[in-house]
Amino acid sequence: MRTRTNWPAMIFLIIGALFILFPIYMAIAVAVKSPQELAQSVLGFPSHIHWDNFRQAMSITHYWHTFGNSLLITFFAVVLTVLSNSMVAYAIARNMHTRLFKSIYYYFFAAMFVPFPILMLPLVHQMSNIGLANRVGLIILYIVYGISFNVFVYIGYLKSIPLELEEAALVDGASRWRIFWQIVFPLLGPMNATVAILTGLWAWNDFMLPLVMLSDPNQYTLPLVQYAFQSQYSTNYDLAFASYLLALLPMIIVYLLFQRWIVSNVTKGAIK
Amino acid sequence: MRLLKSVRRSWPYLLMTIPALVLFFYFHTWPALHGIFLSFTNWNGFGPYHFIGLKNYVDLFHDHQVLHAYGFTFLFAFVTTVLVNVLSLLIALALNARIKLPNTFKAIFFLPYVLSTLIVSFIFNYLFSNVIPDVATQLHLTALSQNLLGTRWAWVGIVIVSVWQGAAFNTLLYLAGLQTIPEDVYEASSIDGASPWMTFWRITLPLIAPFLTINMVLAAKNYLQVFDQVVGMTNGGPGTATQSVSFVIYTNGLGGGELSYQSANAVVFLIVLVIVALAQVRLMQGREVQL
Repeated sequence: MRTRTNWPAMIFLIIGALFILFPIYMAIAVAVKSPQELAQSVLGFPSHIHWDNFRQAMSITHYWHTFGNSLLITFFAVVLTVLSNSMVAYAIARNMHTRLFKSIYYYFFAAMFVPFPILMLPLVHQMSNIGLANRVGLIILYIVYGISFNVFVYIGYLKSIPLELEEAALVDGASRWRIFWQIVFPLLGPMNATVAILTGLWAWNDFMLPLVMLSDPNQYTLPLVQYAFQSQYSTNYDLAFASYLLALLPMIIVYLLFQRWIVSNVTKGAIK
Repeated sequence: MRLLKSVRRSWPYLLMTIPALVLFFYFHTWPALHGIFLSFTNWNGFGPYHFIGLKNYVDLFHDHQVLHAYGFTFLFAFVTTVLVNVLSLLIALALNARIKLPNTFKAIFFLPYVLSTLIVSFIFNYLFSNVIPDVATQLHLTALSQNLLGTRWAWVGIVIVSVWQGAAFNTLLYLAGLQTIPEDVYEASSIDGASPWMTFWRITLPLIAPFLTINMVLAAKNYLQVFDQVVGMTNGGPGTATQSVSFVIYTNGLGGGELSYQSANAVVFLIVLVIVALAQVRLMQGREVQL
């Protein structure tokens, strides 16, 4: 009796899914066609894959190098964010009864509502003055700017971890550092996953920070390079789309492989 | 003595927090304060400067480009926030119903969230400028045969791309909310003879109200700062029709030599965002931020 399918809901979802998938189908169809085939029909099913678009796009955007930049920035942003932000959140969560730590918490929280444009202009000057208008500076900014949101998310979860474990370890003479790294940090596993996914998606797909921070084209990330080379594509749509697809592909592959894990962890962080 | 003891006890905690605090202040709050300071000067990025009081602020209110940007940004953010939330709620309700392949559908609907907004906007740009006019011409639909992004309806195109991508995350939040409602609540209401329509308005919606408000606040905050979609779709055009506030601050502030003037614009923008957030928080009344 419980297994009867709700058909109106199914039909709505199928229409919605087609609406989601159509632009992606179009992007693939344009990317794999030769210019002649594209001129005949944009949406028709491609007769064969025109690999030359991808080869050209890869050489124009220095694909592997750019991919390396994005990977490097994302990797360090994710790892260092998880390690540092969880520790800050722990220290704040265990001292929320003191006025000092409570103020620190509200300071980070309030910063969530400060729009980036207000610091953007002075930040660009500040970062280039101290020689950090580059990949390293970008990694630092992702870690630091993430604190606001991540501390908020971590603290919600830290409250559910019983204090008894820590107290027992403290009696045994363990230091706060050891307690955090050996007992609390492993227990934060699910939240670490959530923060890692959200930070990873942010750093990988971000456009605005790389746009204002990276002055050397050698350090460009995948989204930024699509923007920077737009003029070279002008009317070469097949080439442009091959390039777009190559930029989207790594994240699509990661998503297809870990889809269930990603969706469930993002949800967990969201409802905390 | 007491103080000394409490400092010693909290010493490791302070060591864990202070470096982050210093870095946060240096990379976030300091440039923000610097921006506020610059907004009272005529500095343009180099050389000497003078204090000019509130002149930048007064000029802002006579600047058509800036005023128009606020108009566009509010219109866009309002329409997008409402559409994203209505659609997300509908999708979440459908995903929560008895359907086949629930995980496949969930995977498809969340997919846009993992894609780069800028690149998605480039793809939609082509869709509007080439594909739709082509198809419309073949079907003799003259109304759609021109590039929407070149008309005064360009903002609708930016709304569409934002909804396409933005519905993903909110759908997930609503679905999580719907799954907290126990099955027997629905059973009870159907035994009492309530129509699905009434069940939705009287039971489902009130129970997921907290998710509704959180989603609204987050969506409004994000869409008021719209930037990537504008760059990818119209680059502010046609003319200046779809320049958002963030777009104006970036283009004129960094490229156009209006550093201090656009800093004043950014300060006004900050105030506007805080007012909007506070107004929304007031509307959600009773629901406090959980510590």
